[in-house]
Amino acid sequence: MKISSHQGGWLILLSFIVAFMLTVIPLPEMLQYIRPEWSALVLLYWCMALPGRIGVGIGWAVGLLLDVLTGTLLGQHALGMTVIAYLIINLHQRIRIFPLWQQAIIIWMILNLYQILLLWFDGITGQPPKGLQFWLPPISGMILWPIIFILLRHLRRQFKVQ
Amino acid sequence: MTLDHRQKHMQHVRAALSLLIAPIELLVDIPNDLGRWVSESLSTRQTLLEENTRLHSQNLLMQARSLKNADLEAENQRLRELLGSSLKVADRVLIAELIKVDLDPFKHLIRINKTQEHGVYLDQPLLDADGVMGQVIETVPAHTTVRLITDPGHSIPIQVSRNGLRTIATGSGKINQINLPYLPNNTDIKQGDLLVTSGLGGVYPPGYPVAYVTEVKYIEGDEFAQIKAEPTAHLNRSREVLLVWSGEHIKKLQQTTKTTKEADNENQ
Repeated sequence: MKISSHQGGWLILLSFIVAFMLTVIPLPEMLQYIRPEWSALVLLYWCMALPGRIGVGIGWAVGLLLDVLTGTLLGQHALGMTVIAYLIINLHQRIRIFPLWQQAIIIWMILNLYQILLLWFDGITGQPPKGLQFWLPPISGMILWPIIFILLRHLRRQFKVQ
Repeated sequence: MTLDHRQKHMQHVRAALSLLIAPIELLVDIPNDLGRWVSESLSTRQTLLEENTRLHSQNLLMQARSLKNADLEAENQRLRELLGSSLKVADRVLIAELIKVDLDPFKHLIRINKTQEHGVYLDQPLLDADGVMGQVIETVPAHTTVRLITDPGHSIPIQVSRNGLRTIATGSGKINQINLPYLPNNTDIKQGDLLVTSGLGGVYPPGYPVAYVTEVKYIEGDEFAQIKAEPTAHLNRSREVLLVWSGEHIKKLQQTTKTTKEADNENQ
């Protein structure tokens, strides 16, 4: 692989770091429940935009770091990320040409799947059940998707990330 | 994942990855630190003087109280000798500071800045000035994670200080409430009772305040009473917290490196 065909890796790294920070930044209690899964959203965008570069492997690594960051079982987020990265890479050619609102709905469904995987592991390891608020992050993720998409696309074009 | 859950093999991996994560936590904590620094440096001479006098008087009060305390301790020891029970050794404490990050909103976990190198161990109890806060569930080189007593997955052995009744309190998932689900309807417990740690289970040293009973409800036909209590510790407000070493752990602590002593000196 030539170096010229891979550039702007720092932007991808930066976007994940910002996503991690947003994941743990203190929020008022009401907002905590609707905090979207920032890292998952960023991962989904990069998988869609650069499927040859960001994929299941990166997703797994990001998930693992997220596990350490949030103190969950090592591999829980990693598995979720792997699955959604795989899905979006399979679908990326179709989703790319969708209008934004339609994309957002697909993202919502994928994020729900991600939440189900997390919930499943909590169930297996004997964590107490969670309330209905558990299903709010995918919705806020869906609402924020157009903004994230446009912002990251703008940055990607600005810095010619390939 | 099974390895991490069932055994502790993955601890090293976790420790290594936590070093990668540490800068992110620090970055997130910066605005919080900055805010404190600004408010400290902007406070006027007047407020500082006021605070100083207030602390002075408080200190005087505490000293007077501790004079009495020494006397009571001696008396307690005499009585214990009479009873033939073992002498209660004073516990050692170390002040730790909260790292302000939000973790899972469905669990009550907090991060503190003291780690293994200060002698922190797994299951170590954590207090604040007013009561028990929780126990250490993970300690890696970059941070220590603590589960609060209100976490729905946490239980703490307690006793009612009024009559010595022992039971278990579990977290409710609400930051200001713990439940006592295992007491039958005819139990002698009422609103306002102080609950203290019983020392059973070996995690929490006995005698530290945990919560006040706020509600006792008897439901006819139900085997157990519904009892709610409010933690005495300021679980969502404390910034400085205390790590406690008791019993055999004190000896282990003394064996650990000098860093602990230095940290101790800093905090005194």
